[in-house]
Amino acid sequence: MLVVGEKINTSRKNIAAAVEAQDVDFISEAARNQAEAGAHYIDVNAGTFLNKEVDYLCWLVEVVQNAVDLPLCLDSPNPQALAEAIKRHKGEPMINSISLEKERYETLLPVVTDNPCRVVALCMAETSMPNTVEERVEVGAELIDKLTKKGVPLEKIYLDPLVQPVSVDTGMGKAVLGAIAKIMKDFPGVNTICGLSNISFGLPMRKIINRNFLALCMVSGLSAAILDPTDKQLMATLLSVEMLLGGDEYCGSFLEAYQSGQISGG
Amino acid sequence: MSEFKALSEAVIKGDIQAAVAETQTAIDAGAKVQHILDKGLITAMDEVGEKFSTGQMFVPQMLRSAKTMQECMKLIKPLFQEGELIAKGKVVIGTVRQDLHDIGKNLVAMMMEGAGFTITDLGVDVSPEKFTEKAKEVGADIVAMSALLSTTMPAMGKTIEALQDAGIRDNVKVMVGGAPVTENFAREIKADSYAPDAGSAVLAAKKLLGIS
Repeated sequence: MLVVGEKINTSRKNIAAAVEAQDVDFISEAARNQAEAGAHYIDVNAGTFLNKEVDYLCWLVEVVQNAVDLPLCLDSPNPQALAEAIKRHKGEPMINSISLEKERYETLLPVVTDNPCRVVALCMAETSMPNTVEERVEVGAELIDKLTKKGVPLEKIYLDPLVQPVSVDTGMGKAVLGAIAKIMKDFPGVNTICGLSNISFGLPMRKIINRNFLALCMVSGLSAAILDPTDKQLMATLLSVEMLLGGDEYCGSFLEAYQSGQISGG
Repeated sequence: MSEFKALSEAVIKGDIQAAVAETQTAIDAGAKVQHILDKGLITAMDEVGEKFSTGQMFVPQMLRSAKTMQECMKLIKPLFQEGELIAKGKVVIGTVRQDLHDIGKNLVAMMMEGAGFTITDLGVDVSPEKFTEKAKEVGADIVAMSALLSTTMPAMGKTIEALQDAGIRDNVKVMVGGAPVTENFAREIKADSYAPDAGSAVLAAKKLLGIS
């Protein structure tokens, strides 16, 4: 299970303040904490700054890569920001994200094909958010077809089925779980990724909902998640489920995380 | 409220059957439809909005209450004489250009409707021109915009400019909301109000129009 650490996002107040103040130490520590907690990629997002987003995102790339020896997940709905950020990135980043939305697709395609990278592709149609399993799979299939034809290897593609709140439509959980299962079955080799917290919007006890949703997604075949790796209970869920699914030889990762204090039962 | 206490409670609880039965009882007893609406239904939805804003109620409960109110409205709407139904104000609402997120916008539209506003919902990916045209056409009191992406937030400012260019900016109040939108941003683009959630949006709308 690939873990993308979500914390360096300027929609968080302390991160926004640190970015504005160009506080290298604060950002470096946020990066190191996530790396130590088991993140494989560090997400960087400066989207709330609009006009300064490009500069700030590039700054984040340099600061975070100086602090940790990990690739980054370059996170922006703005293709220009991603195109600039990737120039500063060392190694193979994850681009988050491309979609079938015309402008985004056309601007990002050359960025994705010209640079070795992994790419998050949103299962979002051109004119609406997806509701059903079928809509998600259909858009996912089209993205896979288009991207692989342009030379993007299947295993570099991470389809995001788009998690929507179960509070608004109680079918939203099953729609994502079904889409993950179908995509993983129909396109062996492709990856699926999602953020978790959207599922619990509008409800109390969000953390427990998110944790249980992660477990269900993993059972359905999810291969990567964007989450807070410093949340010890969430990581305990992730590692224990991975173990229960037979993916942790000698229960090694689970026990190691327990013995080093990285995970906690509550 | 006491007159329609059972009705209000059924709406707050989201008990469609009980609320519809209470509405029918009130109609049969000869209650004024405007009273059923104001003192029974809208009072209940005001409380739902307030409890939602303060974290005592949650999205599914709010949806259930709104659905309950809609079912009651089906009974009382035909009983209003032409032009008798007094709306609190006309709201044109939509998600801005190139933004496809509709969940928050739908919640706001629903709660505003529950509070007695007349809603024209333009859906998602609404251009500044479309907002302006519709606001003009229906004589809107409020234009309410939602954006869920940092990249689409600027379209809110563009829409305000379009209202200005069409000469109707002074006739409407502009409300904005959505996850990345802040009070500061609302001020920057010269919107009249910002609301962080559906319950607050109703309160903000009433304040803008001077309704208590």
